[in-house]
Amino acid sequence: MNVLAILIPVSVCLGLLGLAAFFWTMRASQYDDTEGDRHRILDNRWDAAPKD
Amino acid sequence: MTGFCPACVGAADFAADRATAGSAAASERILLHLPDIRCAACIASVETTLSAMPGVQEARVNLSRKQAVVSGWGLDPAPLIDALAKAGHRAQTLDEGMLAGQSDEMRGLLLRTGIAGFAMMNVMLLSVAVWSGAADTTQRMFHLISAAIALPAVAYSGRPFFASAFGALRNGRLNMDVPISLAILLSAVVSLIGAVQGADRHSWFDASLALTFFLLIGRTLDHAGRSAARSAAAELSALTVPQAVLLTPEGERVVRAEDLRAGDRIRVRPGDRLPADGTVEHGLSDVDRSALTGESATCPVAIGAPVSAGEVNLSGPLTIRVLRAGKDTALSRLAELVATAEMQRSRFTGIADRAARAYAPLVHILGLVAFVAWWHLTGDAWRAIDVAIAVLVITCPCALGLAVPAVSVVATGRLFRKGLLVKSPTALERLAEIDVVAFDKTGTLTTGEARLQGAPRDAELALAAALASGSTHPYSRALIAATKARGIVPGAVEKVVERPGLGIDAIVEGRTVRLGRPSWIGTTGDGVALDDGSGEPILFTFGEDVRADAGELIARLRGAGLSVAMLSGDSRTPCRRVADSLGLDDVQCAMTPDDKAEWIRAKHRAGHRVLMVGDGLNDTGALSLAHASAALGSGLDAARAASDVVVLSGSLAGLADLVTVSRAGVRRMRQNILLSAGYNVVAVPLALAGLATPFLAAIAMSLSSVTVSLNALRKLR
Repeated sequence: MNVLAILIPVSVCLGLLGLAAFFWTMRASQYDDTEGDRHRILDNRWDAAPKD
Repeated sequence: MTGFCPACVGAADFAADRATAGSAAASERILLHLPDIRCAACIASVETTLSAMPGVQEARVNLSRKQAVVSGWGLDPAPLIDALAKAGHRAQTLDEGMLAGQSDEMRGLLLRTGIAGFAMMNVMLLSVAVWSGAADTTQRMFHLISAAIALPAVAYSGRPFFASAFGALRNGRLNMDVPISLAILLSAVVSLIGAVQGADRHSWFDASLALTFFLLIGRTLDHAGRSAARSAAAELSALTVPQAVLLTPEGERVVRAEDLRAGDRIRVRPGDRLPADGTVEHGLSDVDRSALTGESATCPVAIGAPVSAGEVNLSGPLTIRVLRAGKDTALSRLAELVATAEMQRSRFTGIADRAARAYAPLVHILGLVAFVAWWHLTGDAWRAIDVAIAVLVITCPCALGLAVPAVSVVATGRLFRKGLLVKSPTALERLAEIDVVAFDKTGTLTTGEARLQGAPRDAELALAAALASGSTHPYSRALIAATKARGIVPGAVEKVVERPGLGIDAIVEGRTVRLGRPSWIGTTGDGVALDDGSGEPILFTFGEDVRADAGELIARLRGAGLSVAMLSGDSRTPCRRVADSLGLDDVQCAMTPDDKAEWIRAKHRAGHRVLMVGDGLNDTGALSLAHASAALGSGLDAARAASDVVVLSGSLAGLADLVTVSRAGVRRMRQNILLSAGYNVVAVPLALAGLATPFLAAIAMSLSSVTVSLNALRKLR
């Protein structure tokens, strides 16, 4: 059962990692314009030379 | 990223905002509203056009909100808007102050949902261990870890429910959030006590979190569904800041309309909307009062005549002495009346509220009965509390919380794609009850533009159009449009002089010709008269164009079993002409705004439910009184603010869908409520008998939520 001492923190940390990723997507405004992003991904303006 | 607690994230966001605001001292931002953009090509063309303008550093389009954010140095919106117009995009400036704080609520909800989801998954993992046989110290440790994860998560994520429940209780009411909060809090607290004591009892942390998580999904969906409509409505009111040209001893100065004071002198150019109430001090002109009175005929004004904010100056420049400005104008007082009526309508209780009102006491009584009965029978208070929690969690209207929002998201989304913005949360349910549709005439059933009637001779029309070409008067525009339609080239005239309030004169081949008010030309009648030097005045009369899709709309509304009426401020003749061309027989003419409101009250007293469709200020009273209301997007701010639905597409045809979709939506909502109640009928006896474990409760909850969501997503018929 001693293995729990490692496994539980590991599982909680993995969860926190997911949460951190979610926070990051929110701070990067990824939910602000879902409609526009859907179209932008098909746009070839940035294909050859990325502007930003 | 250093801290994961929500407060830190909020603080970091705030700091980031401050940082951009700080650097904005160097670069400035302009917000543009682009109502027509739809696709990838529009994004590209708008961004390229804007980036090519001098001073623009970056331009980014937000397609969901139909906005573009332009940042750069020394920006002026006017050339940007002109450049976009050349590229084929309509654009308007937005007042950023009026849009503040709009996206924050959605962010907050997403954050709470994310945290509840994270905590739920971790706690469920730990519960699996407990269920598969962990005992004694291990079990206690797992419970304590679950508590450490669950309690902060519940405290943060459940706040919207707690706040709403607390608000309801303080006002002595019960709403759906009361049993929800009770179930969440009770299960968390009882489990915490169990974990601390190390008692061998079920732990409810996972149930408490799952409940919060599912309900938050419902709230987020609900919010997302209406946020597009809400932001569009806010944008409409943030459009074009009203300005005034103030006359000071030092010269003319442009100020915001709300900064005007009584006694100020302002200049109003032809074509401008009056920014304040006052009297004419200098000048002679015609004003268009249709926004206030609904009457399409123009009204002459001279020195000393009273004018009100909202009217449009047509022919000559006016100098106005301001009597009332800002919040005191007749226009603003009307808007206040509308706000009061709005409050009354918000007391309408939707299906979800009615269900909650019947359901909430039942849930509490059942929980209490379970507790008392079990305590009495077994003498074990903890066991009794356990059963009571099981009853509360199972009956907890998780599915009920989703039943109505999920359907309303689907229905409003469908209407949004047809160009109808549903603003009010209960609008769908009210629309489904409609049996009478009342239309305003000018600007709603008709285009609101004047149109030449009869068949004047080509030469006369050409001369009249030549005289009219320099004027912005609606009749002048109608004359020019008629010339173009016939393919006539307007004649050449010299020395055109506009006589404000009267008409225009000019010289043609040595003769003086005049076009203007019939009394000025020396004849009688409505419309405009032309004196071509022959001594025989020629009268042009005007009517209105009925919208192309109005006939079809009325047929479809009748097909849906609704009766249709027309309410107009205009006089009998133009009213009858429009009504006859549409086949309407219920027509009310020469109505004041009060008459319209009274007509609607009378209909309501007779047991009818009226949908009012209008566009002008003279309709606002009726719009806010009616059971449900729709305003045209091209109409006045006040009308849009007063109504539940804004028609953006500029075509009326979508209005018929409004009624059919909302009826189908409400049917689906009822179905959903029955479905979720069905689950409870099965599960509650089990819970009362003490057979419901937290596991069973969680299964029942998720199953009913999923069923209800899937049912909402089925195609609306």
